[in-house]
Amino acid sequence: MVRKFFSRLEPWLFLAPALFFLVLYLVYPAIHTFILSFFDPHSQQFVGLHNYVWAVQDTEFLQSIRNNLLWLIAAPLASIVLGFIIAALADSVGWGTLAKSLIFMPMAISFVGASVIWKFVYDYRGPNQPQIGILNALVVALGGEPQAWVTLPFWNNLFLIVVLVWMQTGFAVVMFSAAMRGVPAELIESARIDGASEIQVFTRIILPQIWGTILVVWTTFTVDVLKVFDIVLAMTNGQWDTNVLANMMYNWMFRGGGDFGRGSMLATVIMIAVIPIMLWNIRRFRAEETLR
Amino acid sequence: MTTKAQTMAGAAEATAAPTGGFQVSLGWWITRISLALIVIAWTIPTFGLFISSLRDKDQLAITGWWTALQTSIATEQGRTAAMDAQVEQGGQYVLSGSVFPEGSTKRVRTYGGGFLTSSGTVEYGQGEQPGIRDYTPGSVVTLDDGSTFVLEADGTYTYTSATPFDFDRGRRFFMETEIPPTFTLANYQEIFRAEAVDQSFINTFTVVIPATIIPIAIAAFASYAFTWMEFPGRRFLFYIVVALIVVPLQMALIPLLRLYNNVGLSKGYPGIWLAHTGFGLPLAIYLLRNYIGSLPRELIESAKIDGASHFQIFTRLVLPLSVPALASFAIFQFLWVWNDLLVALVFLGKTPDQIVLTSKLRELLGSRADNWEILTSSAFVSIIVPVLVFFALQRYFVRGLLAGSVKGG
Repeated sequence: MVRKFFSRLEPWLFLAPALFFLVLYLVYPAIHTFILSFFDPHSQQFVGLHNYVWAVQDTEFLQSIRNNLLWLIAAPLASIVLGFIIAALADSVGWGTLAKSLIFMPMAISFVGASVIWKFVYDYRGPNQPQIGILNALVVALGGEPQAWVTLPFWNNLFLIVVLVWMQTGFAVVMFSAAMRGVPAELIESARIDGASEIQVFTRIILPQIWGTILVVWTTFTVDVLKVFDIVLAMTNGQWDTNVLANMMYNWMFRGGGDFGRGSMLATVIMIAVIPIMLWNIRRFRAEETLR
Repeated sequence: MTTKAQTMAGAAEATAAPTGGFQVSLGWWITRISLALIVIAWTIPTFGLFISSLRDKDQLAITGWWTALQTSIATEQGRTAAMDAQVEQGGQYVLSGSVFPEGSTKRVRTYGGGFLTSSGTVEYGQGEQPGIRDYTPGSVVTLDDGSTFVLEADGTYTYTSATPFDFDRGRRFFMETEIPPTFTLANYQEIFRAEAVDQSFINTFTVVIPATIIPIAIAAFASYAFTWMEFPGRRFLFYIVVALIVVPLQMALIPLLRLYNNVGLSKGYPGIWLAHTGFGLPLAIYLLRNYIGSLPRELIESAKIDGASHFQIFTRLVLPLSVPALASFAIFQFLWVWNDLLVALVFLGKTPDQIVLTSKLRELLGSRADNWEILTSSAFVSIIVPVLVFFALQRYFVRGLLAGSVKGG
């Protein structure tokens, strides 16, 4: 009797610490944040949809939404295209592993560290002075005018996106490289013998085989992009029209003693954007489990 | 093993390809050159940062790091000693010394202007000191009062006059100097001395080590339960774990901050250890379960038949076999915590005994924005450990990445 009771209890003993942390640090706060998004700055007074109504009229919020959309499109697209090219090139040369390591290395660097590295690349000196930022030095060497890159509205967003692309492309390279290795070589060979062009081989044979991997990489990047905050905080702190939701959320969390209502509302907006990916991940996981 | 076979296949192809005629060999070259260009473009920003952190701060401020091996030219002013330093030598009054500090490697290119100005002084152009290129080192300047001045290339000067000098402040002139390429650790000494970056380095370690070990221990138990134990709701609970992997941290911060303020955990190390544990757990459980689930079922079953308890199977069998997966996650969590800024900003203080490297670096970006010698060296200190860990343990890291995302894909 006691033994039976214990064997039913035992799994929960193994799980208890994990469940405690998951509930206390993720489940409960997420629900609470959602609730707080309907409250005033000090979480005292229920204000209904007030924070959300404020947001859709706030120019900074709308700007951040636009910028986030740009990030959501440009960063994953650039990383995936580059990742493909690099994986294909690296897997056909002898020193490909070394090349991949070097491209992969920025993944180990912090967002702030990467921001310092790129701020130095973008450094701007007046037109009559020698440039110490390599980008402006190149522009001047090619006969152009030096620019203060991070302050140029609209384009500066792309210069910040470059930092993220630089950091995360290595992930795409590793994933694609592994996936392309899984495409049977005989399949490609026989297609070539049948007279398929290289483009046809790529679109008809390789692409369908690694489609699943592309989706995985894409969703991973999408979640990363939505959470991106450090790059914007370190390089512009949202000035010159570069703000994004995650940075805006951090600002409101502490601004003027902290507006927890608006902060929670902004976090909830990010969460809503993540939910489709969350559901897709669960579906994919279920499908894999049935294959087991 | 796969990687190695792959590399070898690649190498075989690489040597075989050029014999395949012009077209193949053109492709062969294009492949290699484009890859080389991409790798160079990818590496240059970090390389530039590293070189810059080792340069003399005055040179760093005026010339690009790619000129680090060239001699740079600067405009400076020099000043003689004042009258109390004069000595009498054979009826002549002499002031002498050097315009450069002891041990300097600078050289004088030209000099002139200032008190050496005469009617023949040449204007060299806008923004330049008049007369700065009038004299070359070693050439003797005779002034209107009959005194002579000579400046040598190494910066020593001799100012000679028949009458005693009577000025309280040394006379000023201008010079163009050559600064030979110099590399120095002075920037690093400066950030340790003046900015306490070494303390931040220790603070980061203080956060990282417990924040890596605690979640691994907790996740290992949970993954074992999810894989080898039967209990109601097992499947459903695991879906929740999968869902939690992508929950943005922003969603957790405000309630936790309030909670921490109430229980006195804010602005302290235990609070951030526990927070990183909570945030790292979903991925840890997911990765470890994938791995533990792939261990041969017969092994566990036979241990059970031999009468081993779950706890014994877990500690004596599963844990030792799971070392590669544990290592993979340990690297993830180590890198993630080391590089984290958001959690540190919210849950740790900014006092010297708590500020971590990322937070320090962000502060320096504001307070020392124009001091690239400080920024580059501090950034390098903050990235060197994760980069070394990454290169040393790359195999585990890549394995973890693949297991974490393309499971079955």
